[in-house]
Amino acid sequence: MRSIIDYLKEIILGVWSLLKGMKVTGSYFFRPGTIITQKYPNNRKDLVMFDRFKGEVVMPHNEKNEHKCTGCGICEINCPNGSIEIISKSILTEDGKKKRAIDKHIYRLSMCTFCALCVKTCPSNALAFSQEFEHAVFNRALLIKTLNKPGSQLMKGVE
Amino acid sequence: MLFDIVDVNSSPSLSDPWWKVFYDFSSLTHKIDSSLHNAMSQFWTTIAEMLIIGVLILLFYALIGLFLVYAERKVCAFMQNRLGPNRVGPFGIFQTIADLFKLLFKELIPIKNADSFLFNLAPFIVIIASFMAIAAIPFAKGLHAIDLNIGVLYVIAVSAMGVIGVLLAGWSSNNKYSLIGAMRSGAQIVSYELSVGLSIITIVILAGSMQLSEIVEAQRTGWFIFKGHIPAFIAFIVFLVSSTAETNRGPFDLAEAESELTAGYHTEYSGIKFAFFFLAEYINMFIVASIAATVFLGGWMPFNVGHWDGFNHVMDFVPPFVWYIGKTFFVIFIMMWFKWTFPRLRIDQLLTLEWKYLLPINLVNVLIMAFLVLMGWHF
Amino acid sequence: MEEKVKNITTDEQQEYVINMGPQHPSTHGVLRLVVSLKGEIVKSVQPHIGYIHRGIEKMCESITYPQIIHLTDRMDYLSAHINNEAVCLTVEKALEVEIPDRIKVIRTIMSELTRIQSHQLWWASFGMDLGGLTCFFYGLRDREKILDIFEETCGSRMIVSYNCPGGLMYDIHPNFQKRVKEFIKYFRKILPEYDQLLSGNVIFHERSKGIGKLTLEDAVSYGITGPSGRASGFSCDVRKHEPYSAYDKIKFKEILFTEGDTYHRYIARIDEMWESMNIIEQLIDNIPEGPYAVKMKPVIKLPEGEYYQRVETARGELGVFIISDGNKSPYRVKFRSPNFVNLSVLNHIAKGFKIADLVAIGGSLDLVIPDIDR
Repeated sequence: MRSIIDYLKEIILGVWSLLKGMKVTGSYFFRPGTIITQKYPNNRKDLVMFDRFKGEVVMPHNEKNEHKCTGCGICEINCPNGSIEIISKSILTEDGKKKRAIDKHIYRLSMCTFCALCVKTCPSNALAFSQEFEHAVFNRALLIKTLNKPGSQLMKGVE
Repeated sequence: MLFDIVDVNSSPSLSDPWWKVFYDFSSLTHKIDSSLHNAMSQFWTTIAEMLIIGVLILLFYALIGLFLVYAERKVCAFMQNRLGPNRVGPFGIFQTIADLFKLLFKELIPIKNADSFLFNLAPFIVIIASFMAIAAIPFAKGLHAIDLNIGVLYVIAVSAMGVIGVLLAGWSSNNKYSLIGAMRSGAQIVSYELSVGLSIITIVILAGSMQLSEIVEAQRTGWFIFKGHIPAFIAFIVFLVSSTAETNRGPFDLAEAESELTAGYHTEYSGIKFAFFFLAEYINMFIVASIAATVFLGGWMPFNVGHWDGFNHVMDFVPPFVWYIGKTFFVIFIMMWFKWTFPRLRIDQLLTLEWKYLLPINLVNVLIMAFLVLMGWHF
Repeated sequence: MEEKVKNITTDEQQEYVINMGPQHPSTHGVLRLVVSLKGEIVKSVQPHIGYIHRGIEKMCESITYPQIIHLTDRMDYLSAHINNEAVCLTVEKALEVEIPDRIKVIRTIMSELTRIQSHQLWWASFGMDLGGLTCFFYGLRDREKILDIFEETCGSRMIVSYNCPGGLMYDIHPNFQKRVKEFIKYFRKILPEYDQLLSGNVIFHERSKGIGKLTLEDAVSYGITGPSGRASGFSCDVRKHEPYSAYDKIKFKEILFTEGDTYHRYIARIDEMWESMNIIEQLIDNIPEGPYAVKMKPVIKLPEGEYYQRVETARGELGVFIISDGNKSPYRVKFRSPNFVNLSVLNHIAKGFKIADLVAIGGSLDLVIPDIDR
């Protein structure tokens, strides 16, 4: 007799625990308002990334097409993967002195691990992260980017 | 003749308005039958009727399959707090059609060292088994391809045949996972077929007939789940559990067991052959759900309550076909709810559940039901 | 040929060997398990590793200390922040740098958030291993909230790279405290749902209770740490026994069970989530003012010697061992990764159970394959 009661109790408790689980899924079924899925390509216009989001490394230029990169090469040294390469040139300043400046600041996005060491260690804050995250391209060569814009110059007062 | 299943006395006259046909399809089928008779001989009439029914069922089969796949994806998505398919068409309703085309265009990968005859035969056995079962299901009054006097037995027997296809698929694939999946499936169906049969026998005792049309007709005054109260309700639950197991659906999807056996018996199938298994799974679900709806929930009978004439009139106004589909999808929804809530059982627990719990409960339940019927304690 | 046929019929050859992995849904990565079966019963499990070996330890020998951080992220990617912290603590210990309280507290909060999100993903995938696919989406949905917090403060979601020797890369975001508090409030409400869905479920109990029993002696001798070890009664919480960062200032309970089966490994992790929330709540309002990083030399050179530091990741004890020869890059780095050690016990505890149990046991050990191979 005892064992029959135990047997029935086991069944009832088991079914009860299953019903509790069904309550959870059932309640979500009737509450589609709780869905947090974003319909990504459709919400592209009003999609705001966090301002610290590490999308890709960029070199901010001001409206006069000037940047802050002096070509010191610290970012190149600090990059763990060698995704940054600086090709420098020497230019003559107005007062006739020879000075080092960047010719090309090459950034290989495909090798970047977004460790932020280049941005953090840059002595003149020439690099920054943009919030752009749609990097897919059909040609791998397009991922090798030159960060300084053509014809850009060093901002005045940055050493 | 295949069409005349409803007794001739009740067949309505042809002068009824056209929409009456939705409440009783027998006048329409009689009309087709007699006009075919006038045009050709007895032999060709039968052949033509068989063809018409075959094409109709095929169409219905494909439509239901497509819809059920979509419904499952949407239901599971909402239960999992996500959106589900939403790209192809409004609310993603054409997603399954897109998937179908994808499966049609996919390569059929030949398997090295597989038994190619059995390998190719298996999906057809699975799908033919579900075809045969669908023939005996009463969709609405007069919409019933074949009304056998042992309809219930026929449906159970035929729907269990699909396991042969599963076993063949697992055996012939030359894949170790597939073989384990097939063997599990065999053990599973052999045991759960008992429970399905016994839980339906409980109702057969109450109805006093195995003919599906008579079972439905007997529920005119009340569905069996209400008429037979406690034992009928227990039988309904047991039937739900064991039919979920019989169709290899979660939490009893051991034959597929994605996390253990990758895809179980259909690991090696690709393209349209895989689609056959996939489709057959959903049609099997539809079949067991419609058996549950027919046997326990009154089939196409509307919901009538004793003497509430106004209420009953409103309920009668809804066409029987809608009632039938509604009940079937209610049962399908419950089965989906099971699948998307519970973790999977282990094979020994699966058999324990059957032999130590469902079978004894069922046997006692049959006894109780027989006692109730003898004493006349049902409604 | 005839001999071959004869061999198959002998008793020893009646084992049914299947390959789980390297591509298999339940190995969570590229782990390969060669499983010998007799029917459904597992006779032996041979793990084969190395499919995602990247040579992180060797790579560390050629890069500087700040650069190691971005590699440790990619070992146990679910405890990325804790791995970073381990390396930073080792370097700071070697240089004998005094770390301000603010950094310690922020690191502790971030570590605990990492632990919660790791356990959430574990819960999600463990539910999926057992066939409850809904768990996966609930777990990921809640994990998303923590990842958003990470993204706002660290800039990345999973591979955070938030630490650097001497402190943190940036200060916390102004919204950080508010968001964390919101999350704690939300998750305290949601966590009981996990219990209703899975922990209380009778099928789950059947599947997990008494499965894969690991005794205390075996846990100690195999060196099983983390929640898996603590479920067997092995008191191995580094946060308690050798407190680092701010763990010495807070009150928390070490989750200990004695049963050591799959169910208790599960419960230990669920309880750890509650405990982590307690830790965060103690700290989140008391973040002291101060600098977010100590000024370090531009080129960090460790004095000659050997340094070891251990921390508690979400999976167990992570040890970082650095031999320095005085240069800017280490002479040798060795990571004592918890997953590698935890994997070694799989054959011992899965033997004699069914193949479905093997999946459950593997899930309950919470293996992250890149951490095994490194």
